[in-house]
Amino acid sequence: MHNLRAIYIIWYREVLRWWRNRSRIIGSFGMPILFLFIFGSGLSPAMGGLTQGMAPEGAGIDFVKFIFPGIIGMNVLMGSMMSGISIVWDREFGFLKEILVAPINRTAVALGKTLGGSTTGVIQGLLLLIFAPLIGVSITVGMVVKLVPLLFLISFSMTSLGVLIGARMKSTEGFQMIMQFILMPMIFVSGALFPMRNLPAWMNFLVKVNPVTYAIDPLRKIIFEAQGLPAFVLEMLPQAGLGVTLFGHAVTLGEDIAIIALFGAVMIAVAVWMFNIQD
Amino acid sequence: MAIIEVKNLTRKFGDLTAVDDISFTVEEGEIFGFLGPNGAGKTTVINVLCTLLKPTSGEAWLNGYHVVRDQAKVRRSIGLVFQEPSLDDQLTAEENLNFHAILYDVPAGARAKRMEEVLKMVELYDRRKDFIKTFSGGMKRRLEIARGLMHYPRVLFLDEPTLGLDPQTRNLIWEYILQLREREGITIFLTTQYMGEAEYADRIAIIDYGKIVILDTPDNLRGLVGGDIITVKTMDDRLAAQEISQRFGFQVNEGENDLHFEVQRGEEFIPRFVEQLPVEILSISLRRPTLDDVFLKFTGRRIRDEELSAKDQWKERMKSRHRGRGHGRGHP
Repeated sequence: MHNLRAIYIIWYREVLRWWRNRSRIIGSFGMPILFLFIFGSGLSPAMGGLTQGMAPEGAGIDFVKFIFPGIIGMNVLMGSMMSGISIVWDREFGFLKEILVAPINRTAVALGKTLGGSTTGVIQGLLLLIFAPLIGVSITVGMVVKLVPLLFLISFSMTSLGVLIGARMKSTEGFQMIMQFILMPMIFVSGALFPMRNLPAWMNFLVKVNPVTYAIDPLRKIIFEAQGLPAFVLEMLPQAGLGVTLFGHAVTLGEDIAIIALFGAVMIAVAVWMFNIQD
Repeated sequence: MAIIEVKNLTRKFGDLTAVDDISFTVEEGEIFGFLGPNGAGKTTVINVLCTLLKPTSGEAWLNGYHVVRDQAKVRRSIGLVFQEPSLDDQLTAEENLNFHAILYDVPAGARAKRMEEVLKMVELYDRRKDFIKTFSGGMKRRLEIARGLMHYPRVLFLDEPTLGLDPQTRNLIWEYILQLREREGITIFLTTQYMGEAEYADRIAIIDYGKIVILDTPDNLRGLVGGDIITVKTMDDRLAAQEISQRFGFQVNEGENDLHFEVQRGEEFIPRFVEQLPVEILSISLRRPTLDDVFLKFTGRRIRDEELSAKDQWKERMKSRHRGRGHGRGHP
């Protein structure tokens, strides 16, 4: 019980800090707006309809609609990984010591932190849905109901990765490096921003081994499914590079979730283990 | 029974031996001080006692619990005020205390009452709804002391409790600490590099290069220096030094532009000294021995009270730059 309460209060602090930092919440919209409206709108005419020849004119998926789920995923990824790494801030400003000398389990500390980051990650992902009407994506209740647990799972995995990185990091100086060499590459080779069709072999390989690919794919499946496209079009999406295929097999929603859940389980286990190491 | 017992404790960081085979005990209800310069190993000992670091060898018990085998029980028995601030700037005073109370399993029914109690003790009750980022350095320290007491610990660790605070705030904080001992009978373990602060302790261990050089009450330690300390400036210090050791038989320490030596009943000695010294005296002064003299006697060096090392000053600066405001020479 004591450890559960400890998880709760650590979670609560994360959420409270996030809520109090309004400027950061607003700031988190910047990147998605740039990608959706500048990058997306700019490239859309050149790309043409991505479902050309499959769906009736006007009902298909253009580039902006295609990257929309990717952008949601990207926002969740950045937000949750950074909140995991924020453990380094706590260390630098001394607050982590207060937590570490408390008579609670280190596992509770890692879990509280991770659940806090997951919660704010889900909210940050859902907030982006307000842009949906602007780019012609329709929102249904069913879609949102499915998105919430999925976003939570994605966010949980990525926060765990953040906590894992932050667990042994001594200063915030490495933040920039992690952004450049871990987070951005993971997003770029995940199929979040371009269709996975006719890719060079090396890149195709990277996309398929990148866990983020399997986080973006189910988002896309759930959002596209709610767009009233004919069933045969949805089935053809993987062929068009709008879904993941593995060894010629189109990965299903269930398989995506299984992969991301497995990734999340490994990450949280390693994060907890790293956190339990004592000098 | 001793509340803290340390036996042959050693802690190494790579090749560096930060704590070197230290043994001591602290009795319940006493104020026990570690006095020593930066890097002497004071904080490392605290970190081992509060279970943040494992000893390389040796053992330690706190409140009867072993610091490696019974970590959770040790942690419940202690309150800590770290050398570096450890409050969450973005939470209010009340929120910081509540966080602590839950982590230390203070029963829900008792939380509000204890919070009021400790906040009133450090005179921050009126500021309980305010964010920590609006607090001065002294206020933060007081709140940290209040927080350390929320769960009624048996031992309160104060690691350099007044480092970087102005003298007025320092005195105020010591008022609270002394009150606390009076009222709660709590054991206080403190580290400091300020001589004046060490005087408050019942017993002091002087620590240097990871070893306890000597451990006793402040009075006894001062007694070890021998007598009063006379400082003279003369027209010719070298000649004067020679004369003093030959004519009077004292061992003379040469300062930068003065000489000092120890003498029993200095006030009676001065008239005779002035009369007999063949060198012209520019100034002469006498003072009772301080712990600084004790430190000098046992280590051959001085700890200067107000002098921070270059590295510390740099750290302070970086921190205040990061935090924007608050930390440092704040007023209560």
